[in-house]
Amino acid sequence: MSKAKEELPEPVCVAMVRDVTKVYRLGGQDVKALAGVSLEFKQGDFVAIMGTSGSGKSTLLNLLGCLDRPTSGQYLLGGHDVATLSDEDLSRVRGRYLGFVFQSYNLIQQLSVVENIMVPLSYQIPVRPDGRELSTKLATLVGLAGRLDHRPSQLSGGQQQRVAIARALVNNPHVILADEPTGNLDTATSNEIMELLDVLNNTGRTIVMVTHEPDIAERAKTIVTLRDGLIQSVEQNRS
Amino acid sequence: MNVIQQLKLGFRSLMLHKLRSALAVLGILIGVTAVIWLVAMGEGVSYQAQQQIKDLGATSIIIRTIKPSEEANSDSGSRSGIAYGLLRSDYDRIITNIPTISAAVPMREISRDVRRDEYVVPTQVIGCTPEYFSINRLPVARGRPLAASDLRGLENVTVLAHDVAERLFPIQDPLGRAVQIGTEFYVVVGVAQDRTAAAAIGGSFSARQYNRDVYIPLNTFQKRIGDRVITVRGGTFQNETIELNQITAVVDDVASVDASADIIRALLERYHKTVDYAVVVPKELLEQAETMRMMFNVLLLLIAGISLVVGGIGIMNIMLATVTERTREIGIRRALGATKGEIVQQFLWETVVLSGTGGLLGVAVGFLCGPTVQGVRLAIKSFMPDVWSTLPTTIHQLEPRLAPWSIIAAFGISVGVGIVFGIYPAQRAANMDPIEALRHE
Repeated sequence: MSKAKEELPEPVCVAMVRDVTKVYRLGGQDVKALAGVSLEFKQGDFVAIMGTSGSGKSTLLNLLGCLDRPTSGQYLLGGHDVATLSDEDLSRVRGRYLGFVFQSYNLIQQLSVVENIMVPLSYQIPVRPDGRELSTKLATLVGLAGRLDHRPSQLSGGQQQRVAIARALVNNPHVILADEPTGNLDTATSNEIMELLDVLNNTGRTIVMVTHEPDIAERAKTIVTLRDGLIQSVEQNRS
Repeated sequence: MNVIQQLKLGFRSLMLHKLRSALAVLGILIGVTAVIWLVAMGEGVSYQAQQQIKDLGATSIIIRTIKPSEEANSDSGSRSGIAYGLLRSDYDRIITNIPTISAAVPMREISRDVRRDEYVVPTQVIGCTPEYFSINRLPVARGRPLAASDLRGLENVTVLAHDVAERLFPIQDPLGRAVQIGTEFYVVVGVAQDRTAAAAIGGSFSARQYNRDVYIPLNTFQKRIGDRVITVRGGTFQNETIELNQITAVVDDVASVDASADIIRALLERYHKTVDYAVVVPKELLEQAETMRMMFNVLLLLIAGISLVVGGIGIMNIMLATVTERTREIGIRRALGATKGEIVQQFLWETVVLSGTGGLLGVAVGFLCGPTVQGVRLAIKSFMPDVWSTLPTTIHQLEPRLAPWSIIAAFGISVGVGIVFGIYPAQRAANMDPIEALRHE
């Protein structure tokens, strides 16, 4: 193991949060959703974030997804401290470094499969001329080659989630953020989706996944458990 | 995304609610059509008026005899009668004293029946000089106009207006034949071309009906008919003496029309105790008509603008509903990298597609203005002849004239309305919190 480690370079840290807190004001009272969390995400890692509801895992994912800014602390992503960026810059960071997979797929109903996959590209500057080919390739990769022109409403839940995963890949993100990606799916389909994520992870993608299902979390390399806005445990999975 | 992609996306999003979008488009369509149609009809009406005024000639000044009202009241019933109006000496003074006037035609007119055998036609007998035909742009279709020699020789010759000739000589050639005016016989030497009415001018409120005229040499008129007009009114004889009914002066240059008219006014004022004449300058009428047209257009634009604003409010209503319904989509797009500005753009493009489609369709319907007016007119004429006959001639003859500027303005305003009324919904979309938007059901 040590020998292999010498040959491989130290995994690059693609994202890092340092002592972030998030305080909401609710009904005149301050509620600490995150009370100081520090985490590092290495290139090629597959992290599952677990916790009961109210543990702060959604808040953490929103911060990691640059959809929200921490009250204090640092968040380094792609060499920037994104904790202090403006709204517009945050949008650009999301578009450039992050890919999202949601529980309820969140496809745009009036667009076809290929067009849904292309959506993140339309917010890239400069515009990629080969966007359609790339999207078609990704649709094929996730197993939807025959359904390129279908609308989301014509697809099953599993197929929709595959489209969402292809969409998360199209901008070649540093990190893929998955929010309960199997939450709306039956066991068999969940397994298919997890296998797809495994494949992506094995090709070097960094994945951060929020879930409350232990058997889904088991398939990740690292399991972070949150409790009351603090990290309760960080486990490395051997499998 | 480029413009075509944006338009395509906007169109596809609007197709999610076809009926709703169609109704919003209809609102703008009606507004744009209203602008184009109203302006076209306004232009048609004012074009008619302008053509009539132009027929009078931009370089001409028309001086007409009018009956002074107070004289008519005080002297009614007086045996001596009254004398008023332009004098032959006025004509001489105008033609000799004002160098800018290149030509002038004195004219005397009276209503008389013209007879030939059993045919009787009520006409306006006009005594004039040969220049009358050229100044009024009244070509003689057949035969010859009056000549200077006719005046010198006090010849009993006449030129008939087209309609009069038709009615007196339905079959025969009128040239060389005799007609009876009053007690005298006149030889027809020419027939004037068909001519539509000119604009009403001061002193005579109805349009000049060239088609009811019979022309004879002025000197013959003076000799045979005379200056004195005796009419019976309310059992008493009314005795009026008029030397000339009208003098039409033509100025050599449009620029000197106003100055010449002022000199004429001053000149006449000196020799007339009462104002028994009116000086009419067609150029001024034209300018007045132009001002009227501008005011008319502004008014129409205002009315039409209101309908466009109403259409805009319709668009805003629909876009607000759309933004609320598509909160989730907005959240997704924000998560996938869209900035606030890009969300604003997306929804603005959508409103532009709505209003632009309405605008284009409105322009298309706008082009149907002419045929529609024709159709409506035909419908009224054939199904409601009573209503038709009560309508003024302006409506009978109205030809809508599409104004290019109104088409451009209407389309531009419709797109502008779309943008103005689209900004608020679009900003509302952009200012949503992405996390909230993603959670929205």
